Amino acid sequence: MTIYQEVILDHAENPRNTGNIQNPTNTVIVYNPLCGDKIKMDVLIKKDRVIDVRFQGQGCAISKAASSLLTDWVKGKTKEVLKNMTKKDMMKLLKIELGPNRIKCALLPLEALQKLLI
Amino acid sequence: MLNPDTIKKDFPIFKNIPELIYLDSTATSLKPKIVIDKLREYYETYSANIYRGIYHLSERATEEYEKTREIIVSFIHAKSSEEVIFTRNTSESLNLLCYSLGEEIIKKGDEIATTIMEHHSNFVPWQQLLIKKGGKLAVIKLDKDGGLDVLHLEKYISKKTKILCLTYVSNVLGVANEIKKIIQNAKKINPSIITIVDAAQAVPHRKVDVQDLGCDFLAFSSHKMLGPTGVGVLWGRKTLLDAMPPFLYGGEMISEVHVRNTKFKETPHKFEAGTPAIAEVIALKEAVRYLEKVGLKEIENHEQKLASYAIKRLGDEFKNLHVIGPKNAENKGGIVSFYFKKYHPHDVAQILSEKNICVRAGNHCAMPLHEELNLTATVRASFYLYNTQSDVDALIDGLHDVSRILK
Repeated sequence: MTIYQEVILDHAENPRNTGNIQNPTNTVIVYNPLCGDKIKMDVLIKKDRVIDVRFQGQGCAISKAASSLLTDWVKGKTKEVLKNMTKKDMMKLLKIELGPNRIKCALLPLEALQKLLI
Repeated sequence: MLNPDTIKKDFPIFKNIPELIYLDSTATSLKPKIVIDKLREYYETYSANIYRGIYHLSERATEEYEKTREIIVSFIHAKSSEEVIFTRNTSESLNLLCYSLGEEIIKKGDEIATTIMEHHSNFVPWQQLLIKKGGKLAVIKLDKDGGLDVLHLEKYISKKTKILCLTYVSNVLGVANEIKKIIQNAKKINPSIITIVDAAQAVPHRKVDVQDLGCDFLAFSSHKMLGPTGVGVLWGRKTLLDAMPPFLYGGEMISEVHVRNTKFKETPHKFEAGTPAIAEVIALKEAVRYLEKVGLKEIENHEQKLASYAIKRLGDEFKNLHVIGPKNAENKGGIVSFYFKKYHPHDVAQILSEKNICVRAGNHCAMPLHEELNLTATVRASFYLYNTQSDVDALIDGLHDVSRILK
């Protein structure tokens, strides 16, 4: 099965939740130097709940799609829920299987999110 | 004429995976049956440690091991077997030099010259040594055509330059540097400069003659030249090796050990501490024999033909694709690196992989070069003696699929 499913390609080509948040609660930049991927992510949190999250970045289709899908999913969730998100949860969101060399592309936005919630 | 279809039959992996399109021999080559058989022969018929056993099996293993050293001597035209050291890989060969030679001769304020197109293994050891010692790394840049800026060597090399370390063939650009001329010119500027050649991408693909090149040291890996993994070679001039201290201490490299002092063996054994990769060294000679039987000139021509064909089709059929490196390098090996403006190299490689096409995507352990070119990553296709024109056709078809899928 190809990992370039329609959902992935759609989110890679038209990523949701891009841009900046005016007065973010927190902001972070994460890198994957080997691929040259870079994601800047802003979050707005009120009463321990994610109200908004936005990202900007460059990278492969998988990292872009992962950022887009993740930022869609996290809105409205509590910090507690998001802090406990695992690699497995991230893969469920993407609905594809990735080999060991590619999985880090999908996990980069999760790394950004979890750094934002610290 | 080299016939890759016949050659493919000598490589069992193509029988097991007939649809395999392997375009990553620059990372590691596939292995012919005779090499795999030789590994098995050692383990099944004379599996013993070398040098130490006074019994037949050990003597046979020692003979087979040392025979490889002799074969390497004639393969690269060394003067004697004392000049050929077995290591784990090219990286270890270069690190051995950095620790045993660099540590000894580099003092504060000294310089080492290298090039922007080095693999990390011929860049980082020297960079780190100089940070520690307080010296300077001079990096030979690219000229406007994308080759090495060798016309202005005096910009990079002076009497302060103790070592020049450079790659023979770039593992990204595929360009073969004019090693002989560069070394001659470097020695004109500084006659006592020590020259080190990373020949990991040269020895598998072209005839290399260390005496003709005029270098002082040369390093390469078995696994890139049809041989087993876990073996590297370091060739060096005997007078220089004699003067160098050991790199690793341990078994097999000593002649006498007392409570207060130790005497070391002579080169090459002085540099081969511990039980080496016996089976792998033994099998390496079958790889050399195979390469010599096919003919290195034939291999070189075959790879160039495939690379030219690939470059032409890439240029003709893809508007948004760029091949990096000198456009008209006469002396180019079978390596083609490129990028699409719109698609990330990892996505390109992933889609190709779904069609059983193996290419490399990333910075190919040459980050300084990618930075210099202002790129984060490229896709690299590399060719060897078992690749056919239809492998290139499959690559091109695969890239058309990439354009269709990623739009």
